[in-house]
Amino acid sequence: MFGNVTIGQYIPGDSPVHRLDPRAKMLIALAVITVLFLVHTMAGYGIILLFILGAMVLAHLPARFVLRGVRPLLFILVLTFGLHLFMNEGRVIFRLGPLVATYEGAFRGFAMSMRLVLLVLATSILTLSTSPIELTDGIESLLAPARLVGVPAHELAMMMTIALRFIPTLLEETDKIMKAQMARGADFQTGNVLQKAKSLVPLLVPLFVSAFRRADELAMAMEARCYRGGQGRTRMKQLRAGARDVLATLGSTAVLALVAVYF
Amino acid sequence: MSIRVEGLYYTYNPGTPFERAALEDVNLDIHDGEFIGIIGETGSGKSTLIQHFNGLLKPTRGRVLVDAVDIWQRDVRLKDIRQKVGLVFQYPEHQLFEETVFADVAFGPRNLGLDEDEISRRVRRAIEMVGLDFEAVRDRSPFELSGGEMRRAAIAGVLAMEPSVLVLDEPVSGLDPRGRDELLREMETLHREFEYTVVLVSHSMEDVARLAKRLVVMHEGRVVADGPVREVFCMTDLLRDTGLGVPQVTELMHELARRGKQVRTDMLTVEEAKAELLRLLRSEGRVR
Repeated sequence: MFGNVTIGQYIPGDSPVHRLDPRAKMLIALAVITVLFLVHTMAGYGIILLFILGAMVLAHLPARFVLRGVRPLLFILVLTFGLHLFMNEGRVIFRLGPLVATYEGAFRGFAMSMRLVLLVLATSILTLSTSPIELTDGIESLLAPARLVGVPAHELAMMMTIALRFIPTLLEETDKIMKAQMARGADFQTGNVLQKAKSLVPLLVPLFVSAFRRADELAMAMEARCYRGGQGRTRMKQLRAGARDVLATLGSTAVLALVAVYF
Repeated sequence: MSIRVEGLYYTYNPGTPFERAALEDVNLDIHDGEFIGIIGETGSGKSTLIQHFNGLLKPTRGRVLVDAVDIWQRDVRLKDIRQKVGLVFQYPEHQLFEETVFADVAFGPRNLGLDEDEISRRVRRAIEMVGLDFEAVRDRSPFELSGGEMRRAAIAGVLAMEPSVLVLDEPVSGLDPRGRDELLREMETLHREFEYTVVLVSHSMEDVARLAKRLVVMHEGRVVADGPVREVFCMTDLLRDTGLGVPQVTELMHELARRGKQVRTDMLTVEEAKAELLRLLRSEGRVR
């Protein structure tokens, strides 16, 4: 039932992108996102699109699977495009009652939609090619300097690890409880908004009960293994950035910076 | 009521890197009034299979017929199928959500759109059928009950739909030995006195052996054996290959037979084995 949620999923692999240091990947993704908000020409979006598609091919990720992540966005895309199409002034394409569609609107609408799509694609490629553990390790390492000003980097990273770890578990649980209630004649699909909201009670109550139980058990298990936060904690797998990682980061950032300047 | 499964295939996450075939060419007939055990190790597809019986999963290929009607035909209401085929999931107590046991058990009948009198009648009957004291539990919160009682209350929630087939996925897992025995005995009562067709899914041979008349063995998404319990229990090699293992009493009898003792090997329960061993010892003059 929830098989089509791509965000937060990870496809194990051994591609050059998979092997890249997670910090390098995150910095590059960050650069892509920043540049996305700086460019304002079609060519600029085109180059970024090529860049992202290149990363996808390098990561050996199936295009169909990556693109599927955009599907839940469809409604927002249509809305964005529609709003821009009719809310801008300029040369008129057609009129629909009081609504006026303009060329300028179409262009801006397309650019905004493109921005959203590329944003999702870039982050999907990051999460699809990086295991959640690597991601949080990377975040912790990148946030390490912020510890000096009191940011609890380790605790934040641990919270994220746990949250990410339990997404699939909770989805599975939701699916199971939904089916169990459907076996008792529950109906989650039909009815008006109010009825639909009400029909969620038999799903949400058991879900919360089990989430709290899990949290309790996890806390117990962590305590049993003497977990006391990040202080003085060492790790089995140290992140080590090699020449390749530095090169990839600098190279990509340089290209993206040029795109930002010229387009 | 009968359930018939024809050439059933089911694939999880088709078209993604996580694609996994869970069922391959499963054929099965469940007749009215039977008590069937479905066994198989974890991941053999038994839970996936039973979710097809009431239309919770749609076959990738193949058909599911309830009372000779294909349940995925356009004019079949799945709600009706789900009323006829009651499915109790593993750890059913995890689906409790209401403020009182009464309200929780009433959830199913209420979804069927019955009137209040009929709902009350069904709830009382279901709660009593699973061996709980109706007056004592009706107004209590289901979350205050003990583990065993919670499970019973949850099973009552399915029984209150008054299905004619009851499918239970690992109904006794996680219960202590006494809770286990009691619950299994109640399953038998449901079958014998209330004439339910029962499908019991388990990976424990011992549990199934005591109750089921017919046994279906699943392995890697296929049915690898289907027949009377005694016959299936004698397929020791097959049981070992499928990772289920042979029940201890059967193992003991086979070992004795291998060492040249004149014993029957188709033992299902400890009681039967005891009788057979006593007979053997008597025949050898070691006990009187």
